[in-house]
Amino acid sequence: MSTETKNNAGSTGGLLGWIDARFPLTKMWKEQWGDYYAPKNFNFWYYFGSIALLVLVLQIITGIFLTMNYKPSAEGAFASVEYIMRDVPWGWLIRYMHSTGASAFFVVVYLHMFRGLMYGSYKNPRELLWIFGMLIYLVLMAEAFMGYLLPWGNMSYWGAQVITNLFGAIPYVGTALVEWIRGDYFISDVTLNRFFALHVIALPLALVFLVVAHLLALHEVGSNNPDGIEIKKNKGPNGKPLDGIPSHPYYSVKDFMGFIFFALIFAGIVLFEPTFGSLFLEKANFDPADRLQTPDEIAPVWYFTPYYAILRAVPNKLLGVVLMGVAVMIFFLLPWLDRSPVKSIRYRGWLYKSFLAVFVISFIGLGYIGMHKPTPLLTLESRIFSLIYFAFFLLMPWYTKVDKTKPVPDRVTFHSH
Amino acid sequence: MKGQIANKMMNNTMNKMRTLKLFTLSLIGLTAFSVQAGEGGFMHANNDVSNKASLQRGARNFVNYCSGCHTAKYVRYNRLAVDLDLSDTQVKDNLIFTGVKLTDTMNNNMEPADGKSWFGKTPPDLSLIARSRGVDYLYTFLHSFYVDPSRPTGTNNTVLPGAAMPHVLWELQGLQKAVYEGKTSEDGKRVDKVFKGLEEETKGKLSPEEYDQFVRDTVNFLDYIGEPGQVERRNLGIRVTGFLLVLFLLAYALKKEYWKDIK
Repeated sequence: MSTETKNNAGSTGGLLGWIDARFPLTKMWKEQWGDYYAPKNFNFWYYFGSIALLVLVLQIITGIFLTMNYKPSAEGAFASVEYIMRDVPWGWLIRYMHSTGASAFFVVVYLHMFRGLMYGSYKNPRELLWIFGMLIYLVLMAEAFMGYLLPWGNMSYWGAQVITNLFGAIPYVGTALVEWIRGDYFISDVTLNRFFALHVIALPLALVFLVVAHLLALHEVGSNNPDGIEIKKNKGPNGKPLDGIPSHPYYSVKDFMGFIFFALIFAGIVLFEPTFGSLFLEKANFDPADRLQTPDEIAPVWYFTPYYAILRAVPNKLLGVVLMGVAVMIFFLLPWLDRSPVKSIRYRGWLYKSFLAVFVISFIGLGYIGMHKPTPLLTLESRIFSLIYFAFFLLMPWYTKVDKTKPVPDRVTFHSH
Repeated sequence: MKGQIANKMMNNTMNKMRTLKLFTLSLIGLTAFSVQAGEGGFMHANNDVSNKASLQRGARNFVNYCSGCHTAKYVRYNRLAVDLDLSDTQVKDNLIFTGVKLTDTMNNNMEPADGKSWFGKTPPDLSLIARSRGVDYLYTFLHSFYVDPSRPTGTNNTVLPGAAMPHVLWELQGLQKAVYEGKTSEDGKRVDKVFKGLEEETKGKLSPEEYDQFVRDTVNFLDYIGEPGQVERRNLGIRVTGFLLVLFLLAYALKKEYWKDIK
């Protein structure tokens, strides 16, 4: 018994003691949260990790309730969504939470990733943590893409048609690959069924697994912070980092506050403007899928438009598809592209700051252009933005190396309030 | 362009960086401008889905003038009764012409295939038309029929040129004609006919004000059936955000209380 008691040090008796003798419940709680020391100087940007987890839970729960009334068939899908919106008690709320949740997920994840870029959170020793994060982002994109087909609106249909068509640009196997993905010569009932299977089982399962891996890796190496200082280098007599505080209760109450703030904005959108001006639920998607009638303008949902704009910026289809893929995948290489001796933007020079600023502007600019019909001017702009986008990554080994950095202090910057 | 950007970035002065930022910012401005230019404007419907009298009139208009050809197949009669403050008998006597049950949805007796052969296109279901087109579009559309002898229906529409739908409301509105003005082309060699606007040709049963109200009520009803729960949703929104605001203040106070120990 002695080893178990040791592993679960601090365990109470009673039921918890009984469980702890058989399962490392208290041990896990302490390692992952209760006794996990996080830097005390987290700022606004450090809310989005926990909020992303909240949104994942929200999507899974609302998703379960949606599947209770949704019919994954070309014949019944559109009508079943309207049934949920009109006849199922509180169905409209569940559906709007799910559709708004999809967009919220991307807002939160993009802000979370931007935080990583600002404070160098991907740098040694957090490379694998970053890779898990990127895998989450990839699975999330697939999850969102397949989920978007399910309402079987006309934009769902034509969006899926256009995106799956992209694989046709691959030489030799392209056409066969597109057929294999669709299970048909065009988007059909067969495609809807398999996208449903992937959307509700395969991808969420992968997502949950990757999130667990992401959190385990985080709690193994420890959190980065706005100063980019390794707090484990300065430990007190108790062996705990001097600049760290236990996540519970400090970050429990802080993240709870973040949750409520997020909930306030989220509820505001769900209850007052659930289509978000046709950005979250597009107008054309209130027309049922029609194989003979394309919408006026086929554009993916806002969170894919930066990549869509890169695709359209390239005159050659195959090259466009390749560059679009590279634009997403290149994030994986960040830990190795960045040669700066410091992590945080606070101690980097003007070169990195400028590159990051122009990169963010390009990303947003591309997102904006991807939502609109191409014009000669917009195409020119999308090409300039695409060049800046890739320059940010490809020139990174150079500009992070020559950039003048400031000396990093030993201890984090913190003003008590 | 690539070389230009690369050169600018490599130049090691803040001044150049500022130029680049300005350049990029102005690009964004240009982007916004170049997109805004091409969008056509509609008249504002100014409808109010919480106005039940207007919705009741709209429902009456819909079943009298629209439902012969158009369905609203996701809309249930008994839901209408509840939301529009009508009794079951009132709905049965005034809104159901097909003899179906209150628990049924608003279908009609026209076969879709017949509709296609009569109009060239099956009249679309109108349950979600306000959501896919917008109320301003519908409001403007119903104001924009004009006489055009070249069309099989005898009328055309400025919002949807070549519309398959005839001007069903012509008796109420009367007929409008398109007015053109002569405009000399840039080289001065010919005079083009340029569309100027619509003008009343024959009077209808309703005055222009009454017709406008008729259209607004009808569009209001279409807006309501697009999302029957929207009034309830907004009411809930006020209560939920109010509650969360209070909860946020408490969460903030809680966080402050705990964090005052951290030096």
